[in-house]
Amino acid sequence: MSATTLRPKPWPWQRLVYAGLAYIVAAIFLLPYLEMIVSALRPANEMLARTYLPSHFDISAFFNIWKTGFGQHLRISLEVASGSTLLVLLVAIPAAYYTARQRFRGRGAFMLLVLVTQMFQPTAMLVGLYREFLDFGMLDSVVALILVNAGFNMAFAVWILNAYVSAIPAELEEAAFIDGSSRIGALFRITLPLALPGIVTALIFTFISAWNEFIVALTLTTSSATEPLTVALNSYIGQYQVDWSHLFAGSVIATIPVIILFALIEGKVVGGLTAGSIK
Amino acid sequence: MSLSTLEQGVVAQKRHRPTRFFSRLGPVLWVGPAVLLIAGVVLWPVVIMIETAFQNISPDGFIRGWAGWRNFVFLWQEPDLTGILVRTVIWVATIVVCTMLISLALAQLFNQKFPGRRAARWALIAPWAASVMMTAIVFRWGLDANNGVINVFLHDIGLLARFNSEASDWLGSPGSAFAWMIVVAIFVSVPFSTYALLAGLQSIPSDVYEAARVDGAGVWRTYLGITLPLLRPAFIVALLINVMNVFNSFPIIWEMTRGGPGHQTSTTTTFMYQLKQSYIGESAAMSVVNFGLVLLIVLVYLRVTVWKSGTAEP
Repeated sequence: MSATTLRPKPWPWQRLVYAGLAYIVAAIFLLPYLEMIVSALRPANEMLARTYLPSHFDISAFFNIWKTGFGQHLRISLEVASGSTLLVLLVAIPAAYYTARQRFRGRGAFMLLVLVTQMFQPTAMLVGLYREFLDFGMLDSVVALILVNAGFNMAFAVWILNAYVSAIPAELEEAAFIDGSSRIGALFRITLPLALPGIVTALIFTFISAWNEFIVALTLTTSSATEPLTVALNSYIGQYQVDWSHLFAGSVIATIPVIILFALIEGKVVGGLTAGSIK
Repeated sequence: MSLSTLEQGVVAQKRHRPTRFFSRLGPVLWVGPAVLLIAGVVLWPVVIMIETAFQNISPDGFIRGWAGWRNFVFLWQEPDLTGILVRTVIWVATIVVCTMLISLALAQLFNQKFPGRRAARWALIAPWAASVMMTAIVFRWGLDANNGVINVFLHDIGLLARFNSEASDWLGSPGSAFAWMIVVAIFVSVPFSTYALLAGLQSIPSDVYEAARVDGAGVWRTYLGITLPLLRPAFIVALLINVMNVFNSFPIIWEMTRGGPGHQTSTTTTFMYQLKQSYIGESAAMSVVNFGLVLLIVLVYLRVTVWKSGTAEP
């Protein structure tokens, strides 16, 4: 048997068919977001035109939207997303490091708890969350949104950081101890820099999840002053009239950066989401 | 340091005795904050939710005492409940089955070698990264009876006779609205599933395929005999994660129809949210039922993942 029958070269046209199909699929998945951009750029008098593209593009919605209080909601979204990300890293890094390095009583139980948390979604316990923060007098607060987003996204960070730390040989840290470094010192100077790709993945993932979160914010905020973007954009859809051009300008500002950020960690997300199951 | 690397590894793995660096307080200090956060925002709300389900609470939030099972009885007597339950089953089953089938095909396609593969894969993540709520808004806009771009396209290819007609008002009648929301839900679920299956495909060693080729197995025989069985773990995990996401899905229905007209496009999740506005006790009862299903899915998930492999190790 010759080598050519063992490993037949794919025919060039076959590759072309694959490429063609894949590009069509890619285009379909991008279309709604292109439509979002096109709609945001439609001149006011062509907003309701039955055309795919307007006669010309008009970027005024991107300037006028700042006069509608959009900036404040953008700031709240940034506060919620960065606050949750910071809290997740503060809490998940020690937990992931310790569970990767030490065997201790309750370790298995903790990992199981994290795994179960990852499956839960705030939607399932919305009434409980609402009543809890009502009891604490924390409805309508950025802190409440930060806590909930951090709590429900921590599992992903713990799993992915645990995997990264486990892959770093403990001897590297032990060498640092011999040089007189403390455990904390070794963690900061040796382990964390090596685990940086994992930290960046956890950081971006948490930020995006908190940024996109809708139902908890819709439930826990009651005044416009604490509404993040997702909830605020919802209010551009009025009872009788929809402010489409501002709605889509806002959606573009809220969506496109997130898609680009996500592309940076694309290769590592599946591993974190299915951690503990797919080896 | 005379220990060999291997021995060091064993010591690091088996060390039970607290070392100089890790006092007995170690676990509390390092893992405690994480446990506290989970307890505070994940576990405690469940307790309060169950408590609320047995309380009698007025629409303005005043607690009037215990209600026993009354909230559950009220829920059971809701005339729309049967329809909502049936619709929830259709919602989850249709979306998950279609998502998994489409993702199997797409994972196979995106696993082939072709120029521009990386860019094409990137395009696929857009619905995954974007807020589902915003994707739902774009679809609602595209389905507008007067000028939605989907209707413009259907008109151009001759499938739609007139704008502003009953046929173009997709979200106006429950049947077509529900069908379109299922399409949107599939649209946002496919990217994650495809990526999960792609990861599964890439973990299949290529020599298995070589062996099949030597044995003269054809494309379909190879796929059914090798790819699918080896893809099983990734497939089941992606499937269960999808069941969970789709069951808890809220923004699509909320943005496109608010569950209406009436409750004719509601699932148990959106119904729970609507009950919450005025009957929080009954809403909590609905949540408890939902949470029971969520727990069931978690148990199945643990059964096929952790317990099968014997540990909760990452």
